[in-house]
Amino acid sequence: MSPGETWVVLEDGLVLPARSVGAPGTALGEMVFTTGMSGYQEAVTDPSYLGQILCFAAPMIGNYGAGPGLDESTRAWPGAVIMRRAGDAAGVGGPTGWRTWLSERGVVAVEDCDTRRLVRHLRDRGAMRGGVTTEMLPDELLAMVRAHPVLDGRDLASQAAGPARMLGTEGPRVVAIDCGMKESIARGLVGAGCRLDVVPAGVTAAEVLARDPDGVFLSNGPGDPAAVTTVIETVRGLLGEVPVFGICLGHQMLSQALGLSTRKLAFGHRGANHPVRRSDDGRVEITVQNHGYAVVDDGLPDGVEVTRTSLFDGSVEGIAAPELRAWSVQYHPEASPGPRDARYMFSEFVSSLGGGR
Amino acid sequence: MPRRDDISTIMVLGSGPIVIGQAGEFDYSGTQGARALREEGYRVVLVNSNPATIMTDPSVADRTYVEPLDVESVEAIIELERPDALLPTLGGQTALNLAMDLSAAGVLERFGVELIGADVAAIRRAEDREVFRDTMAAAGLAVPENRVVSDMEAGRRAVAELGLPVILRPGFTLGGEGGGAAHTPEEFESMLEKALAASPISQVLIDRSLVGWAEIELEVVRDTADNAVIVCSIENIDPMGVHTGDSVTVAPVMTLTDPELQRLRDAAIAVIRAVGVSTGGANVQFALDRASGEMVVIEMNPRVSRSSALASKATGFPIAKIAARLAVGYTLDELPNEITGVTPASFEPSLDYVAVKIPRFAFEKVPGASSELTTHMKSVGEVLALGRTFGEAFGKAMSGRELDVRPRTPRDGAEALEILRTPSWDRYDVILWALANGVGEEAVREATHIDPWFLSQLGALAAARTAVGGSLDALDATALRTARRAGVVDRDIAVATGATELQVGERRRALGVRPTYHAVDTCAAEFEALTPYYYAGFEETIAPRSSSSARAPTGSGRGSSSTTAASTPPRRSATSAMRR
Repeated sequence: MSPGETWVVLEDGLVLPARSVGAPGTALGEMVFTTGMSGYQEAVTDPSYLGQILCFAAPMIGNYGAGPGLDESTRAWPGAVIMRRAGDAAGVGGPTGWRTWLSERGVVAVEDCDTRRLVRHLRDRGAMRGGVTTEMLPDELLAMVRAHPVLDGRDLASQAAGPARMLGTEGPRVVAIDCGMKESIARGLVGAGCRLDVVPAGVTAAEVLARDPDGVFLSNGPGDPAAVTTVIETVRGLLGEVPVFGICLGHQMLSQALGLSTRKLAFGHRGANHPVRRSDDGRVEITVQNHGYAVVDDGLPDGVEVTRTSLFDGSVEGIAAPELRAWSVQYHPEASPGPRDARYMFSEFVSSLGGGR
Repeated sequence: MPRRDDISTIMVLGSGPIVIGQAGEFDYSGTQGARALREEGYRVVLVNSNPATIMTDPSVADRTYVEPLDVESVEAIIELERPDALLPTLGGQTALNLAMDLSAAGVLERFGVELIGADVAAIRRAEDREVFRDTMAAAGLAVPENRVVSDMEAGRRAVAELGLPVILRPGFTLGGEGGGAAHTPEEFESMLEKALAASPISQVLIDRSLVGWAEIELEVVRDTADNAVIVCSIENIDPMGVHTGDSVTVAPVMTLTDPELQRLRDAAIAVIRAVGVSTGGANVQFALDRASGEMVVIEMNPRVSRSSALASKATGFPIAKIAARLAVGYTLDELPNEITGVTPASFEPSLDYVAVKIPRFAFEKVPGASSELTTHMKSVGEVLALGRTFGEAFGKAMSGRELDVRPRTPRDGAEALEILRTPSWDRYDVILWALANGVGEEAVREATHIDPWFLSQLGALAAARTAVGGSLDALDATALRTARRAGVVDRDIAVATGATELQVGERRRALGVRPTYHAVDTCAAEFEALTPYYYAGFEETIAPRSSSSARAPTGSGRGSSSTTAASTPPRRSATSAMRR
């Protein structure tokens, strides 16, 4: 095995050799791993990975090609992708080989890296910065990794947001505040029968209300949820005025608007096998997760309840403020990729808004 | 819900003699299940006619009866032991059929014995072909276009409507006994006669042939609260037409997009709900036409199956043990994942390795038997190998077959393709030969209908075997490590270099190319594993070339030493494993 001058480095000094299969270059960011076994293209096009380097724990990635049908946005977001084995053949997923797809999008990508080793390291020592390079020695890269800003305190929502747009033709009007929203969320909401008015993060509560919404949706997105202060401020201005539903970052922003805080998880929840218990009926959903922060549950404000809990670590997975008609989940009902147990939430939200006008 | 206190004695039925299609896997599941029930404090009465099993070891159950598995004998035991409940889902088709017979004979009712794990109605919905078809239709799922016939005349009408070839499947049999594909009217006549005779209810399903479609299996587990999880997805590399017990299979699924996989997941859960298996495991088999996306449900086993034993070993999720506990009232979230100790059983295992199963045949022991692989299972065992990549797992499994007979070596590419047109026990040896000897992947695909992705992987393995040709002394550490990572084992290298396997191993170790060990931990390393088991790989653990930069780490100071730490199992896990 001749790995060549391609290296994966963590800020605490772990150095792993690898082989470049994507664009040449150097990428820095928070090193994260996902244990999901399917849907590599959906994962890489998820805007929540902005500012991160994504390691797939599943070893065989890119088996069935890539194509526009599986995109969650218009681009790839992780600075680099780390794989044990990356394929490059066309297949049922599309006509473009996976390595080619990554190269065409300028993504630094490597294979033949001991990804299990990397996952165990992050699991044992927690989230940290890392880098991937095809062009320098590990110690040079290590210096760059250590100089790179940490993710904490970074508001990346407006960078990840797409353009304003209108989707759907009938049903209640939902304003979606886009902090890096996945396409399958938009499809889920529109499919549930609403008109979706997507506006980028940065919008004020007055601007949202001026659009006369029947409901507001808060999207997923990258970065530190505590840093997205403008959106949290907007949500505060919307509570009580209009029903609010949030997913992932949206859940964390709603929670903060309600007076809760967030904390960084040791190494995050990223995968498609996370069991979550619903408080109302005790049922367990197998959920798709992608978050590095969680809502802190010590002392709930009046009128706020925890509706869902992780069975992996007991962290908060959902909250509701029934009187304010606001609720949210930490996980991804749109799945994509992963199990679709929680898809019912889109209809639940849209049908709670009435028939529209 | 905690365990049921209204029952105290549970009867468990074994699977009887070891036969093709029903072998040691049911001893494995029955033993696991019986032990789990005893751990819960139940009195377990075990009946199995086969004394040469682990489950009939006196330590497994409270009372063990080595008696015939028929209504008369089991009724006598029930009269004597007065069990409150009967768990029929761990002993394969034999136990399930016997439970149905006991119910039909009124024995269960007479002695107040409750069927747990699956009830009579659910078993009938899954096993009676006609009822199953209607059940699936009600759930919005398609089954292969087919006709259920009970006599020759109806059979002839059916085949006139469906067209040849067709697949015959006798009802209520194990391992597809008496079934198969009929290509000509003459073949059909004789096969239908046999199939009608093989079915205890003289019922035969005649399926439209789906030869060439992808065959995918999902292992589902469901509890009394209607929580359902998919333990494992399994892809048959041999397309439809070869019994899944005779197919080379891989877990997890390799070639499906996420939307396709989720469609199967949703369907599998819909199937277990529609059939009404309220607790325990089930195996659902699908056929998928990759070109059109058309999907049909082939069958559903409302019990622990051969595939669930495989899925348990491949994922670390002990299906039989969990199924036994679910049958007495627990829900999945109340049961621990014993491998991590900190997470519940209500999750879906995530694999960071690949598991490949290759069947083992013994046609040499059955002179005169046709060695063509059909929908009637013929293998006598199987090899399961784990590797970090598909190629590594596949190569290990091939070498683990311990063959007594040499595979055929074709004279040329044309003969190889001729051999490959008929599925046979040595088809993968012939495929590897063909790909190494100039036959194109596309030609092999046409002959076998195997998906191009798998053929590209086999092509890479064939190339890696070819690359180690020549002299053993000429192979350096990089060449040996590259070969092992590609799935070329020491014996393959010995064959290619003319050395002995021992010499290859000695040279490999002398050059420092040693295996690394990786845990089967159910969670892709997300949690520390307390009681894992391990497989070997040859992961990259070399120190980076530029030594000063390699040891660049300051901080924790473990940057360089951790390179060696990765090559041995974590100490804490090993100790806790020993403590058990």
